[in-house]
Amino acid sequence: MTTHTQRTPGGMKSPIHWQRVALYAVLIAFALLYLMPVYVLIVTGMKSFAEVSLYEMWDLPKGLHFDSYAKAWFGSKAEGFRGLNVNFMNSVYLTVPATIISAMWGSINGYILAKWKFRGSEVLFPLLLFGMFIPYQSILIPLVQTLQKINIFGIKFYGSIPGLILAHVIYGIPITTLIFRNYYANVPTELVEAARIDGANIFGIYRHVLFPLSLPGFVVVMIWQFTSIWNDFLFAATVTSNPATQPITVGLNNLAGSYIVEWNVQMAGALITALPTLLVYIFLGRFFMRGLMAGSLKG
Amino acid sequence: MRRLNWERVVSILLLSPAVIAIAIFVYGFIGFTAYASLSKWNQLLPDFTLVGLSNYQKLFANQRFQIDLRNTVVFTVIFLIACLAIGFLLALLLDQRIKGEGIFRGIYLFPMSISFIVTGVVWRWLLNPGSDELGSAGVNLLFDKVGLGFLKTGWYTDPKIGIMAVAIAATWQMSGYTMAMYLAGLRAIPDELREAARVDGASEVQIVRHIILPLLQPVTLSAVIVLGHISLKIYDLIVSMTGPGIGFATDVPAYFMWDTTFRGNHFARGAAIAIVLLIMVAVLIVPYLVYSTRTEAEL
Repeated sequence: MTTHTQRTPGGMKSPIHWQRVALYAVLIAFALLYLMPVYVLIVTGMKSFAEVSLYEMWDLPKGLHFDSYAKAWFGSKAEGFRGLNVNFMNSVYLTVPATIISAMWGSINGYILAKWKFRGSEVLFPLLLFGMFIPYQSILIPLVQTLQKINIFGIKFYGSIPGLILAHVIYGIPITTLIFRNYYANVPTELVEAARIDGANIFGIYRHVLFPLSLPGFVVVMIWQFTSIWNDFLFAATVTSNPATQPITVGLNNLAGSYIVEWNVQMAGALITALPTLLVYIFLGRFFMRGLMAGSLKG
Repeated sequence: MRRLNWERVVSILLLSPAVIAIAIFVYGFIGFTAYASLSKWNQLLPDFTLVGLSNYQKLFANQRFQIDLRNTVVFTVIFLIACLAIGFLLALLLDQRIKGEGIFRGIYLFPMSISFIVTGVVWRWLLNPGSDELGSAGVNLLFDKVGLGFLKTGWYTDPKIGIMAVAIAATWQMSGYTMAMYLAGLRAIPDELREAARVDGASEVQIVRHIILPLLQPVTLSAVIVLGHISLKIYDLIVSMTGPGIGFATDVPAYFMWDTTFRGNHFARGAAIAIVLLIMVAVLIVPYLVYSTRTEAEL
């Protein structure tokens, strides 16, 4: 019996091969399970309208057809449904400014809470953080009432993209502040002290010491905000009721909830909706991970 | 000293917009919702006449709400257990010096970056059971093909297990997150500990049970809290995947809240549901928030 040499996790190569094989088999089986919906998503979107049947869901397409994507994007006047192109652009106009404003604001808050602690800031911080865990249902009614009343320079906030930007920026304060505060807390105080001796004030320390070091922090926060704002449905569905101003998640839900829209068009729409955040994940995955970990308060 | 005071004032001024925004949009709005939940506002036009706890009494006597609470419990239990078990298993397997670990990790984690709306649309079709006349569809069809036909069920169309079908989709989306948390935890456990146990003659199973699991308890706690509050608030997935279902089989409080408030104009009742949701989330989150920000301050 050589049980003690069998599996050596994190150790040397195992003499018994089949255990490694089984290990990889399980990992691959799980990988296939996770990829299964993606397979259906891609395959169905590429099938021609003649080929699409729920009962041949797992079959490969007979050729490459992009009609479903075209239909999901442009809609169909004949069948009477809207495409996602308008919603996609609405989401861009919502997500880009909201992400940038959130990140800038969070950076300033994080700077103060990390380097300018004051009496009571330890109490204030958890009170701020609580805001990111609340079920938004508990603020939805007054939010709608308030947005209906806000009217700055003739810009309507209810039923519009500016209203959604406002909501996402404000309810993004806790998470962006948390990530930046933890990030700046790791910047050595000696650097701040040195700048102070050189005569830098509160603005100078931020501009010349913290901000230049902030790029990774900004990337993490912006990816986090981009993903959560792009993927949001609750605010979008509550604040915008006119299809022309709705973000893409609401557009997709309308598309998928309609009985006249074919199944493959819905799948194509789902892929279009998922693509931006999926690309961010694929190319900037490592930063995405850090945001996730910050979300569990272990920044 | 005078300069310090000037900067102290500026630092508070810089933080104050965020503090004021959170005070109004989180705490003020929650206060408003709580007040509305005690009022007579169950029609379109606001009526803030106080009626005590009668909205809550009616709510808890409401059959739909009772079903919702039961669904939330069933959903939370299945979702939590599945995410923790799969996440832990995958983390344990990935910690065995796997070739291509990054690829596996990427595959297990990518659903996190996608909107619940997309997940719902895709899984609605995957778990579409098909019909008796036309045959099986989706996962049922796959079961038929690989000879596991006995596993076929009605998924979300079966009122008895409808909410479990939704939990499957949610697990697909969130279990990778648990895996990532556990993997980070595992990597923090020094190899020497495992080696020492192995030298003492402990089996791999014993090492996992008596060394790794206890050391990962803080990770499990974080995961339970993060997943738990997501599960209590689940809304988007229900909207896009099933709706409330036959006999409210897949209804949840968050869905009931939106439905009764913004479709039914029962604002006071919606507010009461929102407050119940908030209390459930707060019971989970507040001790954790207090604990983690306090231990952080001690560091």
